[in-house]
Amino acid sequence: MFRRLRDPGRRPIRLLVDGETVEAADGDTVAAALLVGGHAVARRSAVSASPRAPYCLMGVCFECLVEIDGEPSRQACLVPAREGMVVRTGR
Amino acid sequence: MVAFVTAEVDLVVIGAGPAGMTAAATAAEHGLSVMLLDEQREPGGQIYRGIETVRDRRPADLAFLGPAYAHGATLADALRRARVDARFGATVWHIADPPKPPRGKRLVDPRRTVVFSREGDAAKLSARAVLVATGAMERPVPIPGWTLPGVMTVGAAQSVMKAAGIAPEGRLVLAGSGPLLLQFAAQCVAAEVPIAAIVDTAPGGALARAVWRLPAALPGWRTLLKGAALMRSLARSGVPVHRGAHDLVVEGEGRVERLSFSAGGGRHSLDADVVCLHEGVVPNTQMTRLVGAEHRWVPVQRCFAPTSDDWGETTAPGVYVAGDGGGILGAGAAERSGRITALAIAHRLGAIPEATRDLMAAPERDARFADAAVRPLLDAMYPPPDWLADMDDDAIVCRCEEVTAGALRQIAGLGCPGPNQAKAFLRAGMGPCQGRMCGLTVTEVMAKTLGRSPAEVGYYRIRPPTKPVTVGELAAIAEPAP
Repeated sequence: MFRRLRDPGRRPIRLLVDGETVEAADGDTVAAALLVGGHAVARRSAVSASPRAPYCLMGVCFECLVEIDGEPSRQACLVPAREGMVVRTGR
Repeated sequence: MVAFVTAEVDLVVIGAGPAGMTAAATAAEHGLSVMLLDEQREPGGQIYRGIETVRDRRPADLAFLGPAYAHGATLADALRRARVDARFGATVWHIADPPKPPRGKRLVDPRRTVVFSREGDAAKLSARAVLVATGAMERPVPIPGWTLPGVMTVGAAQSVMKAAGIAPEGRLVLAGSGPLLLQFAAQCVAAEVPIAAIVDTAPGGALARAVWRLPAALPGWRTLLKGAALMRSLARSGVPVHRGAHDLVVEGEGRVERLSFSAGGGRHSLDADVVCLHEGVVPNTQMTRLVGAEHRWVPVQRCFAPTSDDWGETTAPGVYVAGDGGGILGAGAAERSGRITALAIAHRLGAIPEATRDLMAAPERDARFADAAVRPLLDAMYPPPDWLADMDDDAIVCRCEEVTAGALRQIAGLGCPGPNQAKAFLRAGMGPCQGRMCGLTVTEVMAKTLGRSPAEVGYYRIRPPTKPVTVGELAAIAEPAP
């Protein structure tokens, strides 16, 4: 859904998202890594299980809730991505 | 779980955007002990999001992000030089009332407890004053299909462009109206991010409505010139613009595929991979509601803002507000308000005499007047959408609990008197976002059905914690039984 504008010039890091390796750059939030890594759908809604992806990217919409390193319901847009992070979405 | 830490400070500033940065630095300059808390990892708020990272690691990007954004580095530098205890990645989730004094007595030095979490650990602060500088958020745009993956705010796309240097792929459609949309469009053009179309929802005749506001806006002539330059660069870019658009609907299976809308007497449909919506910004009132401060309905901007005096103090004693969180006036005004309110707090806490406060505030007030002067013009050119109470029955209003406009109208018709009762009837406002995405819409829709004004119908009561916390974090701040 998103692409990198140019070589980020920052240390590349790798996360595991739903078992797949996703490449990001040091300094990205987990949400940015998901958007650029082809994992935009973060979760399914509570009532109708509809797919949801980040909406505000500033911590107010709570759509980007994912499990990070075993801790559920983290707002991906507020968590810096780190090498080796294990992310599970609800897609 | 680590044991809680308590610290006593003169001033807690919540939010490190333009108002928070200048307030913290100014208060520290006058000898107050200041702690600045922000849930982002670096200062800048939203408007200057990622400014230190961009300046230090991707300075070439400043070329397309623009000089207004680069100004944030000046504020961040001043903050870093100041004697401010700045904690990032810190989420404030409670601001307590000051203790009740014994009957007939007044507290000499009332303090409030502020609770925040960082990296899973909770901490309590005791502050003589609290400044809420949590700014604004984009007005939620509850059109049918807005919950589909690939629909986001213009600000969302802009903030990841700033913070991560990423941009939407494929067919990007910007839909809505307002300066932020135009600014982001210009940034995309400069960064060579193709925009498939701009769907402009500003009602026809914006310029005619606005032109009589122009004289009053002239003190902000610099802003006017920047705006005109922006519009010229967009006109030259060749991005297709559909004007006077209304009745927008996002369509798609599992993600955005199309945006359809009415314009020029016909119905249109555009293929889209990402749709960025924008209908202005509104104060983020979560913190000021939490402390029970009085809020006023602002009819021209169709939003609530905390009532505050000339110095930024709300009706909650010891709680101040500065920046867009107190009313939308923009980043320039926010920077000034931060300094003005910090001076007021410094005086109130006995650090500076009244004469010093007034002397130093005066040039900031003058500058703020110029910065804020364009606001009525912008409000006339880009009014809030007229359909905020009139969306289709099947449009989702509360995203978290998937409550539709029709459901809200039905319960209001049954006598449900307002948003707080709607919580019980429908769970509207009871999801993780705690009403941030639906509050204004629920108030408007119910008010219209009830035939009352939004001011009368009111808004959700906001209770702590203002962000989800773990049981461990709650336990960490509990006082042991005596």
